[in-house]
Amino acid sequence: MTDTDALISIRKVKKAFGSFQAIEEVSMDIGRGEFFSLLGPSGCGKTTLLRMLAGFENTTEGEIFIDGHAMSDVPPHHRPVNMVFQSYAIFPHLNVRDNIAYGLRKRNLSRAERYEMVDEMLDLIKLPGYGTRRANELSGGQRQRIALARALILRPKVLLLDEPLGALDKQLREQMQLELRALQRQVGITFVFVTHDQEEALTLSDRIAVMSGGRVLQVDTPERLYERPVSRAVAAFIGNMNFFRGTVRRNGSASGLVETEGLGNIPLPLDRLTRPDGAPVQVALRPEKFTLSRTRPEGALAVAGRLSNAAYLGERSHYYVSIDGCATPVAVSSPNLGVGRGLAPPTPEDGPLWLSWSPDAVVLLDAD
Amino acid sequence: MSDGTYIKRPNRPLQVYAVIFLIVLYVPVLFIPLFSFNDSIYVRFPLEGWTLKWYGELWQREPVWNALWNSVRVGVVVAVISTILGVIAARAITRYRMPGKSALVTFIMMPLVIPGIIFGVALLVLLSRMGIPLTLYTVGLGHLIVCLPFAVATLLPRFEGFDPSMEEASADLGENGWWTFWRVTFPMVFPGVVASLLLTFTISFDEFIMAFFLTGTDPTLPMYIWGQLRFPQEFPSVLALSSLILFVSFILVFLAQWIGRIGLDETKKS
Amino acid sequence: MADTTLAGKADSEADPPRRSGRLAGFLHRSETARGYLLISPTLAIMTVGIIMPFLILLVLSFWTRQGFGFDTTPTFNNYIRVWTEPIFGALLQRSFWISGIATVATVLLCYPMAYFVAFHVHRNKMLWIILMTLPFWTSYLLRIFAWKVILGYEGVINSGFMAMGWIQAPLEFLLYSQTAVIITLAHAWAAFAILPLYVSLEKIDKSLLEAATDLGDGPVARFLRVTLPLSMPGVIAACFLIFIPTTGDYVTPALLGGPDGAMIGNFIQLQFGAVNNWPMGATLSIVLMLWIAAIALVFLFLTRRAQARIT
Repeated sequence: MTDTDALISIRKVKKAFGSFQAIEEVSMDIGRGEFFSLLGPSGCGKTTLLRMLAGFENTTEGEIFIDGHAMSDVPPHHRPVNMVFQSYAIFPHLNVRDNIAYGLRKRNLSRAERYEMVDEMLDLIKLPGYGTRRANELSGGQRQRIALARALILRPKVLLLDEPLGALDKQLREQMQLELRALQRQVGITFVFVTHDQEEALTLSDRIAVMSGGRVLQVDTPERLYERPVSRAVAAFIGNMNFFRGTVRRNGSASGLVETEGLGNIPLPLDRLTRPDGAPVQVALRPEKFTLSRTRPEGALAVAGRLSNAAYLGERSHYYVSIDGCATPVAVSSPNLGVGRGLAPPTPEDGPLWLSWSPDAVVLLDAD
Repeated sequence: MSDGTYIKRPNRPLQVYAVIFLIVLYVPVLFIPLFSFNDSIYVRFPLEGWTLKWYGELWQREPVWNALWNSVRVGVVVAVISTILGVIAARAITRYRMPGKSALVTFIMMPLVIPGIIFGVALLVLLSRMGIPLTLYTVGLGHLIVCLPFAVATLLPRFEGFDPSMEEASADLGENGWWTFWRVTFPMVFPGVVASLLLTFTISFDEFIMAFFLTGTDPTLPMYIWGQLRFPQEFPSVLALSSLILFVSFILVFLAQWIGRIGLDETKKS
Repeated sequence: MADTTLAGKADSEADPPRRSGRLAGFLHRSETARGYLLISPTLAIMTVGIIMPFLILLVLSFWTRQGFGFDTTPTFNNYIRVWTEPIFGALLQRSFWISGIATVATVLLCYPMAYFVAFHVHRNKMLWIILMTLPFWTSYLLRIFAWKVILGYEGVINSGFMAMGWIQAPLEFLLYSQTAVIITLAHAWAAFAILPLYVSLEKIDKSLLEAATDLGDGPVARFLRVTLPLSMPGVIAACFLIFIPTTGDYVTPALLGGPDGAMIGNFIQLQFGAVNNWPMGATLSIVLMLWIAAIALVFLFLTRRAQARIT
């Protein structure tokens, strides 16, 4: 038995396809009622991990526990999990009602009871009256909801979702994200959600596991993943990030700072300088943490630079500012607040621009 | 629309060629029914007049009925067995990672290409060495070898055409392999099964080379016709019998091809 | 609403999930085992129907006939006879010659047809393909019979032409000749050419043809420089699918070939029939198989090269 708070415990799980190591060694817990996302680029092993939870792939090593029971000898049709497939896998030879009722065969229900349950599900997914439609008359968004209903009607302990929004266009996808989150809160079932879209993962999840090359890089809340990534890979995968080389300088036990190439010395409280004196580090700062100004701001950390490139993106603009001691220009993201508010858009002829930032926004990472 | 593109614009000479091609393809076969209604013992122009007497004559011949019954029995059994074997083979080929899979498929498809005479004599030698007498069962075995590749070839696209996550979805929703097969797999490949049954029945019904080597005392319909070809006076009734066989074969194969392709194009589109 | 109680119900379900039995568990874990288990009945039939007969045939080819039985001392005598007596070599050569001509004729005649359906038929393609392949599925014997009716001494062509007054006496070269065999084979195997040709032509990305036109090729140059090379795998497959089976054919030459049109298949059939020399028949079958295997390897090599060029 494992930790009672965790509904799913993944313990030292490895998976190999022949000589290809799809999952290196993964351990993590997923709690009851959590909306948990597996996020990573294609081929990172997230779908393989999801399919191991469903039982479609066996584990090469390690064990998966669901609600305290070891799963390795339990075939997919006996596991207390249900899945929404990437392709939705709506049975084309059955109508909507028979698709949703598919898993109810063994429940010994009368036809009326089954239909009532299906109708409840159709209400839940906001498709009332669709029961007799044929599967091939449905749009992508509708198929996605039917797949959801078909899994939820069985009241699984865990719902697995394999990039369920990937096939939808952008607008519909954003609407479905909101509905999915609301639905999960309403039914209270643990959702394990696979996606390669970081924005989607940040929007939906209670916690996210960032995966790459068959490893889990970090498991954390969206906010902590964004604000306090633990490695350069996570920092670079989620959002954009500027990196600077630096060295830790501790002044006894009183204060400390980081010497950086490009940003000068950045004083930091000791509890954030977890590394010893002289340790090489990487200093990471997100583009929107910089403030641009034409004059040196008072009382803030700042360096001067020259605008080398600019990109207008509507709500905001991206500026690339060259500073001394840094080979690549620093990316800065600045909101376009309108004439008279904030900074007027700078041009390369403007002369020096000042970049300023707060030490709180600085992230320290291990050097490569 | 793509229909009107430069590359696909109409090509008159090619259209004419296509029509001539179809005529040359069909007309030789159509001479058989044409002469079967000819009121003459000789198969030659000019036609003497219309008659149905050759068909009437067939009706009264007991050996024809016996041969027909033999062919139907062999055909039904061969169609059912080869389709069942085809379904499970096609499923195994498309669903599982198996080392040596392409070699297996080549092996199963071999009778499509290798001359029938070789299979015929090889089976004949085996059966005679084992002391097994030639009966309709031995013809059936020969037909099974000929029909299996066609059954597999008809069913493979069906299994390839459907998303493996359909079966996974069924397992995920709590059905074991047996129920998944009957509730998902079978309904989805059903048109292929019907096509395979019709096609393999027709192939067995029309097959001559294997039957030539493996038939004992009970002839199949093609063997009966072969026997009658020696007697010129029997020619008109053979023409009548052949017309009936051709008619039935065309209908069955057309249905098989039609049913076998209908759903496939739909799955490709979506 | 039932939704709010969903999680509660799931949690209260205390029963552990069912495990599978030992064998089922093994099959659940090993995909390969499941795959082979499924395909094994088919393989068993193929073994009984193909491998075992071939082994016996191979053994028999080393025996000799002795009265109504066999002398079972292994000997190469049959093979030496096939190698030294010119009749066998000539027969093989003629078989390959007839099959070769029929193959080339079929592929040449079917290519434009496949091209037409692939590029110029837009609706009911399926119907066209069924129409073109339909005769293939009907009785081989009856199709040959049809050509006997057409080409015969008093057949459709001769009696028709004489009735029209175009010829005075029947044309004798029509029936019982190599020409008759080649015409019949080309007609009978058209479907085997059309399908692979159509598939390879249909696969060609139409934008490649548009690119060739855009770069200045006329229809002929475009066909020779783009369409034809890209359809080569289909051409090779069609040749293979017709040439190999027709080399062993014996029904067509028996009904239409006459003495000049006899092929190796007829000789094999004779050994198992009238001549009643089964070991010799077995030897000829094995020799034919070896030739076929060698030719198949050549085709395989050509296919690989053609595929490598276009991918």
